Amino acid sequence: MTAAPLLEVRDLEVVFDTRQGPLRALDKVSMSIAPGEILGVVGESGAGKSLTGTAIIGLLDPPGRIAGGSILLEGQRIDNLPAEAMRRLRGAKIGAIFQDPLTSLHPMISVGDQLVETIRTHLPLSATEARARALELLREVGIPAAETRIDHYPHQFSGGMRQRVVIALALAGEPKLIVADEPTTALDVSIQAQITTLLKRLCREHGAAVMLVTHDMGVIAETADRVAVMYAGRVVETGPVEAVTRAPRHPYTQGLMASIPSMQTREAELRQIDGAMPRLNAMPPGCAFHPRCPVVEERCRSSVPRLEATPHAAACWKVAPEALS
Amino acid sequence: MLVFLVKRLLNAAAVMLAVGFLAFMIFRFVGDPVELMLNEQASQQQRDELRVRLGLDKPFVMQFATFIANAVRGDFGISYRNQQDVFTLIVERFPATLELVMLATFLSLVVGIPLGVYSAIRREKPLAKLIQFVSVLGVSLPSFAVGILFILLFSVSLGWLPAFGRGQVVQIGWWSTGFLTHSGRLALILPAVTLSLFQITLVMRLVRAEMLETMRTDFIRFARARGLPDSSVHFRHALRNCLMPVITVTGLQIGNLIAFALVTETVFQWPGMGLLFVQAVTFVDIPVMAAYLMIVSAIFVTLNTLVDLTYALVDPRLKQDAIAGGAGGR
Repeated sequence: MTAAPLLEVRDLEVVFDTRQGPLRALDKVSMSIAPGEILGVVGESGAGKSLTGTAIIGLLDPPGRIAGGSILLEGQRIDNLPAEAMRRLRGAKIGAIFQDPLTSLHPMISVGDQLVETIRTHLPLSATEARARALELLREVGIPAAETRIDHYPHQFSGGMRQRVVIALALAGEPKLIVADEPTTALDVSIQAQITTLLKRLCREHGAAVMLVTHDMGVIAETADRVAVMYAGRVVETGPVEAVTRAPRHPYTQGLMASIPSMQTREAELRQIDGAMPRLNAMPPGCAFHPRCPVVEERCRSSVPRLEATPHAAACWKVAPEALS
Repeated sequence: MLVFLVKRLLNAAAVMLAVGFLAFMIFRFVGDPVELMLNEQASQQQRDELRVRLGLDKPFVMQFATFIANAVRGDFGISYRNQQDVFTLIVERFPATLELVMLATFLSLVVGIPLGVYSAIRREKPLAKLIQFVSVLGVSLPSFAVGILFILLFSVSLGWLPAFGRGQVVQIGWWSTGFLTHSGRLALILPAVTLSLFQITLVMRLVRAEMLETMRTDFIRFARARGLPDSSVHFRHALRNCLMPVITVTGLQIGNLIAFALVTETVFQWPGMGLLFVQAVTFVDIPVMAAYLMIVSAIFVTLNTLVDLTYALVDPRLKQDAIAGGAGGR
């Protein structure tokens, strides 16, 4: 993190207005991504990692809304842009990849037409030029016989091939940042590694940074430069991926690392973190992790620990003494 | 595609045969045709002669075969009431009904689809809620009531539009059209609007429901994530996905409109098939009723087949299925 960050999320708060009152789904989430960097965002279901991605691409649907904090892209605030201006950013500056390639593509429009449409939305190209570019993108993502495949419909592609098309679509407008929300979760295990490698290589070639949202610590370890660990709508630890995986500081990250099966050590049983993440309408006071924390102490139950401002930072009383105001 | 087509056509032929049997049964067994055709003073000899001429002395199966063979050639016999060839009678009336129905269908699509899209994508707006509310009226008001109200307002009070008839028609071959004369066009307006009112609300509500469903899908979310303009997301991506049910319903409704235009035709004294049928029922003119039944079913079956074929054109997935093994008949 030496250059000016491409994306900076500062104290982001997302609230869902419900009949029972507002539910705070993201609580003072901060993270930043440097140009070309891959940031892994990891956590269990409901930790708010996808929601952070959705807020960044500006597709938060009511009743969800940004209640506080800011999102900056290349130093400009984008969280309060008018809908039309945000629409122009999507695809051109920020691309997105979603979890399920089977349902991400329009079933009745050929992949070529979907690509051409996206390309021409963002780049001043003629139909012929756009088609040539679409073909080039399909080749780049490794679609065999791209010349014929370009006129095929999504149902004629396998899941892995469709996710390649999705990646081509996300890259079509040459975005600086790609928010990839669980890009491999819906795929066969054998295909997952291929897609992850492809994504990593292409983003490097196109100079795009990636926010890789996943619950799979293994994918993060192989792919990401830095990692942000989320728990119950907060970032609990962030840092370079080697540092966080080798020497996790937050008890939650430690638990997460211990629950990954290892090839080296043969253990009879995998360790697991007891209990479940608190629901949004039943958040405990203090540190949200304290009911499950093995090293909990008195002040954890009453006040929220602040995320440190160091390169490898954790939000835990054991490592950070300052309370979050 | 060919296998698919042949399958659909065989299907259609089977349905028509069944309907033909029904029409034949009405013709043969609702009252005695001989009694209906001759006056009361006719002698027994005259009765027997007519019986032989109508072929009623032959075995049942033979009679049915003759009936079908004649029907295929467009020969449905002679109308009891005005002693004219039934088929000619219906063919004369058919253009009037079809023009009315086509205009009503056109109106229902041109008005219904945009209203449906609008009320789905702007569903929080007061106008969208108003449309939704008014559409309940459209569904629940019977067309004869609407027709009479229209006549009262636009013909009697305002005197803008004719209250009945087709106005001046132009003959093009056997087809008579009202589109080419001023009075013909004026006369079409009220009946067509009356007939289309229910269709408009039907199409609108269908499009709205389908749009709301489609707007929640992943591919719409992904289209928005790629920064495509709203107009493209709504009309190119979302609406396209809603067209299948609209095609189905419109196709089937055209059949319904032709069959049930008779209420509207009666209200506006529109010289179409519906009016002919109503008159035939009043006079127990059985050949006309049987022929009407056959022709309306033929239209239904044709439309159904066309709808199935259109699916394959709109949805590439079905085209694939159809080519693969003719399994596209959903």
